[in-house]
Amino acid sequence: MKKFGNFNIAALVIGFSFLYIPIILLILFSFNESRLVTVWGGFSTKWYGELMQNQGIKDAAWVTIKVAFISSTMATILGTIAGLVMTRFGSFRGRTLFSGMIYAPMVMPEVIIGLSTLLMFVALAVDRGVFTVTLAHITFSMCYVAVVIQSRMSSYDDSITEAALDLGCTPFKTFMLITLPIILPAVIAGWLLSFTLSLDDLVIASFTSGPGSTTLPMKIYSMVRLGVTPEINAVSTILVGLVTLGVIAASIIGRKQKQQTN
Amino acid sequence: MSSNQRTQSLLKSIFNGRRAIIAIPYLWLLMFFMLPFIFVLKISLAEPIMAIPPYTALLEWGDSLLPSIRASLESYLFLFSDSLYIKAYLSSLKIAIISTILTLIIGYSIAYSVAKAPTRWRGILLMLVILPFWTSFLIRVYAWIGILKTEGLLNLALMSIGIIDKPLIIMNTDLAVYIGIVYSYLPFMILPLYANLEKMDMSLLEAAADLGCRPFKTFWTVTIPLSIPGILAGCFLVFIPVMGEFVIPDLLGGTKTLMIGKVLWTEFFYNRDWPVASAVAIILLALLVIPIMLYQKSQEKAIS
Repeated sequence: MKKFGNFNIAALVIGFSFLYIPIILLILFSFNESRLVTVWGGFSTKWYGELMQNQGIKDAAWVTIKVAFISSTMATILGTIAGLVMTRFGSFRGRTLFSGMIYAPMVMPEVIIGLSTLLMFVALAVDRGVFTVTLAHITFSMCYVAVVIQSRMSSYDDSITEAALDLGCTPFKTFMLITLPIILPAVIAGWLLSFTLSLDDLVIASFTSGPGSTTLPMKIYSMVRLGVTPEINAVSTILVGLVTLGVIAASIIGRKQKQQTN
Repeated sequence: MSSNQRTQSLLKSIFNGRRAIIAIPYLWLLMFFMLPFIFVLKISLAEPIMAIPPYTALLEWGDSLLPSIRASLESYLFLFSDSLYIKAYLSSLKIAIISTILTLIIGYSIAYSVAKAPTRWRGILLMLVILPFWTSFLIRVYAWIGILKTEGLLNLALMSIGIIDKPLIIMNTDLAVYIGIVYSYLPFMILPLYANLEKMDMSLLEAAADLGCRPFKTFWTVTIPLSIPGILAGCFLVFIPVMGEFVIPDLLGGTKTLMIGKVLWTEFFYNRDWPVASAVAIILLALLVIPIMLYQKSQEKAIS
């Protein structure tokens, strides 16, 4: 194989510039004194101050955090079970449908998921609100968790589980004492992934939410429709910062775990 | 109780426990993922009315013992009679195909370069690919508005260098939609490609080189064919969701940019025509069922 050459360096420099320049500009202009997002008027943090005054954004942020926390926790539990079922339960009736229901939501256009979930809630006369958004978020997030767990289980050594079962440990206890601690980094990664998926979702939340359950992406979307403002840049910067911290934390947890197992 | 009986009852309880465990996620997905499609199908066959909810009931309980079924294909006929909908499906298909190809070319160059980078760099490079994947889709699309606008940063930069003297009109055109899609979906393409390229058996490439194959030919005849599973997974991950994309055409596209996801949104939220919105969704789903099943197969193969 040809060595890492000029073409590769160029591809990486151009590729990463393309990926990062828009985000860097977005962050930069959140500190702009001027109301115009494209003209630099000096450094200022006033838009962050203004953000703190904006009750609508604060309410939406609170709804979003609640939904993200509950849905990611539920999705992690259900998704972990689903991932184990896919890898450790052999064949059972309806397995193909089960795996289809795990993979389909990951690629299915969000407008279809949002519309169909909403129509079911309406037909069953379920009041729309935080509860319905949470249910919808659990459903698509658990599929991502299931895939994360599934790929972790593919390198899992079954002999330890078998040893515990042979020595008379109950299946539940074996799971809690042996399997869970081993796959914990994948479970945490799944939780973080679910949390950010829920935090980011605009389309499904727009369909399934009701009065009083406007999420942060819905609020940002309605602000964007009215025009580009430094305030949107400020709230975006906060979100990007939080997610970056989360990803770095997750990668440190992952690396430590790897060192321990090696 | 004899030991044999005890073993049997233990086996039985494990067996039942096993079924119960399978049932938890299974029933959840049936209830919240599969069942909703039945309601979409049902409402796509209803007629719109001014009421809450804004559609007619499919079953009517009259005087007779059995309900009469009132299914109407009106919404579907409407979709085919108004050329807007067919144009929107075709335009979505065109945009999805072109942007998948563009994403593949750019994503392949990046994934290939990351896979070839020195081992100590790979971790950080991979993290740089993953990071935008975790950041909000909406925010990443929004970031482009300030760049692409007529009085935006790109035009300001190009005009100050003197490359152009009149601002380029990119915002609210199909070009802006392509930029937005490639940008947003790039990590989805790079990750499966990288996973595949990283595992590639280098000895095959060395063998080709030793036998006198030129690097460019080796790339086309050895590297590319070996990376087909990664290419397929990446293309499915881009093509299928882009077919129903709403946020990007809505924020970056113009009035002329037709995409079916945006049409569905408009029918539902602005026209409040739930039966037509449902029919749009059912036809989109029918178009995507085969790609989704192929994607599922490719993923199952990759994991096993």
